[in-house]
Amino acid sequence: MSIPNELAKNFAEVVPALKPMEAIHEANRCLYCYDAPCIKACPTSIDIPSFIKKIATGNLFGSARTIMESNPVGASCARVCPTEELCEGACVLNSASKPIMIGLLQRHATDWAIQNQATLFSKGEANGKRVAIVGAGPAGLSAARELARLGYAVTVFEAKEKAGGLNTYGIVSFRLPQEISLWEVEQVEALGVEIRTNTRVGEDVAPEELLEQYDSVLLAAGMGKVPQLHIPGEDLEGVLDAIALVEETKTKPLSEEMLGKKVVIIGAGNTAIDAATCSKRLGAENVQILYRRTVQEMSCYQFEYEFAKQDGVEFRWLVAPTRVLEENGRVKGLELVRMELGEPDEKGRKRPVEIPGSHFVIEVDYVVKAIGQNRHLSLIEAFGLQHRNGIVEVEEGTYRTSHVKVYAAGDVIFGGGKTDAMVVDAANHGKRAAHAIHQSLRDQKQPV
Amino acid sequence: MADLSINLAGIQSPNPFWLASAPPTNSGYQVQRAFEAGWGGAVWKTLGEPIINVTSRFAGLNFGGQRVFGFNNIELITDKPLEVNLKEMDETKRRFPKHTLIASLMVEHKQEAWHEIVKKVEAIGVDGLELNFGCPHGMAERGMGSAVGQHPDLIRQQVEWVKEVAQTPVIVKLTPNITDIRFTARTASQGGADAISMINTINSLMGVDLDKWLPIPHVDGKGAHGGYCGPAVKPIALNMVAECARDPKVGIPISGIGGISDWRDAVEFLLMGATGVQVCTAAMHHGFRIVEDMIDGLTNYLDQRGIASVMDIVGKAVHTYSDWGHLNLNYKVVARIHEETCINCNKCHIACEDTSHQCIDIVPDAATGKERLVVREEDCVGCNLCSIVCPVEGTIEMVEIPSDKAPLSWNQRQAALAAGGSCEL
Repeated sequence: MSIPNELAKNFAEVVPALKPMEAIHEANRCLYCYDAPCIKACPTSIDIPSFIKKIATGNLFGSARTIMESNPVGASCARVCPTEELCEGACVLNSASKPIMIGLLQRHATDWAIQNQATLFSKGEANGKRVAIVGAGPAGLSAARELARLGYAVTVFEAKEKAGGLNTYGIVSFRLPQEISLWEVEQVEALGVEIRTNTRVGEDVAPEELLEQYDSVLLAAGMGKVPQLHIPGEDLEGVLDAIALVEETKTKPLSEEMLGKKVVIIGAGNTAIDAATCSKRLGAENVQILYRRTVQEMSCYQFEYEFAKQDGVEFRWLVAPTRVLEENGRVKGLELVRMELGEPDEKGRKRPVEIPGSHFVIEVDYVVKAIGQNRHLSLIEAFGLQHRNGIVEVEEGTYRTSHVKVYAAGDVIFGGGKTDAMVVDAANHGKRAAHAIHQSLRDQKQPV
Repeated sequence: MADLSINLAGIQSPNPFWLASAPPTNSGYQVQRAFEAGWGGAVWKTLGEPIINVTSRFAGLNFGGQRVFGFNNIELITDKPLEVNLKEMDETKRRFPKHTLIASLMVEHKQEAWHEIVKKVEAIGVDGLELNFGCPHGMAERGMGSAVGQHPDLIRQQVEWVKEVAQTPVIVKLTPNITDIRFTARTASQGGADAISMINTINSLMGVDLDKWLPIPHVDGKGAHGGYCGPAVKPIALNMVAECARDPKVGIPISGIGGISDWRDAVEFLLMGATGVQVCTAAMHHGFRIVEDMIDGLTNYLDQRGIASVMDIVGKAVHTYSDWGHLNLNYKVVARIHEETCINCNKCHIACEDTSHQCIDIVPDAATGKERLVVREEDCVGCNLCSIVCPVEGTIEMVEIPSDKAPLSWNQRQAALAAGGSCEL
């Protein structure tokens, strides 16, 4: 087998689907709780006992519709949600037996809908109103789906070539194959939603234009690139952006450049884990995650940590990069400094403090930055929205920004921290923002 | 979307899912909650002279880790005065005029008693009446319920009395605690009933406590037989419905009852001649909300087949149900094992070897070093046992072996022999 084929195998979905018999057994194990804690633990409030009951009665169409009704990106979420912290973590069977495999059952039902090309929803009767959505990620798609069902003419502006946002470009294929996200996009397009791809608001379309031409605008632009480390040597060949690295594996033939190389990842969040496992699967000989705090402070999920370890990723705590070393214009090594934990910061996490004189050098071929993402500050300001450090301020419950016509959802309003910025949260925001827009436009007096 | 509304002997209902007369329909509060959840109709818990109940009334039968495969009860009819029930029924009907409200009735064997109660309940605007000739416990000891349902003459007499005054359709609910339910169904029909409903519960003792040596449930150290229902009784109920549906001497619509837990069960009853179904145990196990998937699943089932109305499937399989003597002796199916999904549990082999016709061999496969399960089709009698015990759905398929012989039933064969002909199988 040639190497690219070998690598492609590494990028096939890792977690196998439930077998039909497994799904039926598992569905029948669900207690069908009343006022079930799993529903409350789901940010989009999927009626989980109900969709599982429908699997048990052979009503897979109804099951998929129940899931997608509450969560327009429910097929992706079946794969990427940290279920042990959400629905499965809340399952009452945790204390008596083992929790129901809710994520996998959700995948079973949505896979059925994908395979059977089921049309789950239809668009509402046109109400003559127009809404523009900036960004076709989970929040934007979710809002578009809801608004289309309510009869709005919806146009989504998407900077990239394809819609789906993070689900299409930013989550590794072996966790979330691109076709799943694209199916969700098709479901939204089938309702008459126009998605203008390769169209960046602020460059190709002016914000003022949207404000003039549409009754409401939803800003769901997500986040940008990984920020600078602000250390010498950062611009050398071999210093990569984690988001861009993952995106390349989802849009181009798999590169063989990392074969046998030494890779370090700076940061220990969700994207760092994706970048690390991705590098390993691209054939890197050694992959290390470098983090300036300790295992307790990492913002990745426990299952991600376990997954990375099983993929052979190594972790090095309490170190921070200080300089990228060069040879022939590309990365040769990385100078690190040891850290210790000091007083807690404003979020309560202990602040890492440099230990003077503890610098040392490691040999590396690639340095992958995964220390968060920049915010779309200029876009936010172009709309004239109030924000705090690039986090758009919205009214609680309605997602309305300081601009009366503009709403915001998804990553543009997330304030950081451990439990937010999940796909499922973005989907929920989009859905709720759509209903708030509907409420507001419906209540608006018709012009005389 | 398919039309789920039904018409049972003139009784209209928005969908075929009714709650059966039982604890779930004991009060206006409950029935109104049920209608809000989506139930198309409800048969109010049986009205009559208020009774006194015992405590410790229900028991469940668990099987293989699943709860409530069967269920029994020794609760009697309503324990509230008739006026209280009528007031709540009236409120319920006013709040839900389009939903179907049926009054279940049980009084002593007196013409005046039947006349009086029928007039009272019809005065508040019920959509129909259901005469409870089925309850097997307690009331039967007082000459009512199944004590009536076991005597064709009593059934006919009481139905006649009711029909003398009734303005709304009369459904007769029958007991299964009888040798052949068609005989009581026929007398109900002869008495003028507009429809029959079946089955009521089956006499049962749910269990015995191994430590205390007491019946389950017991009341202060003594137990009495209760009425058995739930998923386990479905095949018994389905047979009785089908037998009555194909009996021309019965000839009136049927409301199907007995172990119906989901939309699939409902479709089976409808295909076998029920115009609607009544549910109790599944609601008692999970709450009224189960009706959502019943409606959704039935709608999707009809839509996916392009069937416009649920009434279009009522009775569509009745003509396929017959007597053994009409079955084709020349039809042959054999078991075929799909090795690609076989998990080699060998349960088909041992079931066949020990308890059927010894035709599934365990054959070592030299090429793989594994064992294969192979059916000797020439010895297979097509009993289905292996496919029943096989844990992996679809792995053992019963395949038809085309016959070059014309179809021949036992009855045809005996007739041919009697006529002096020869008859080869």
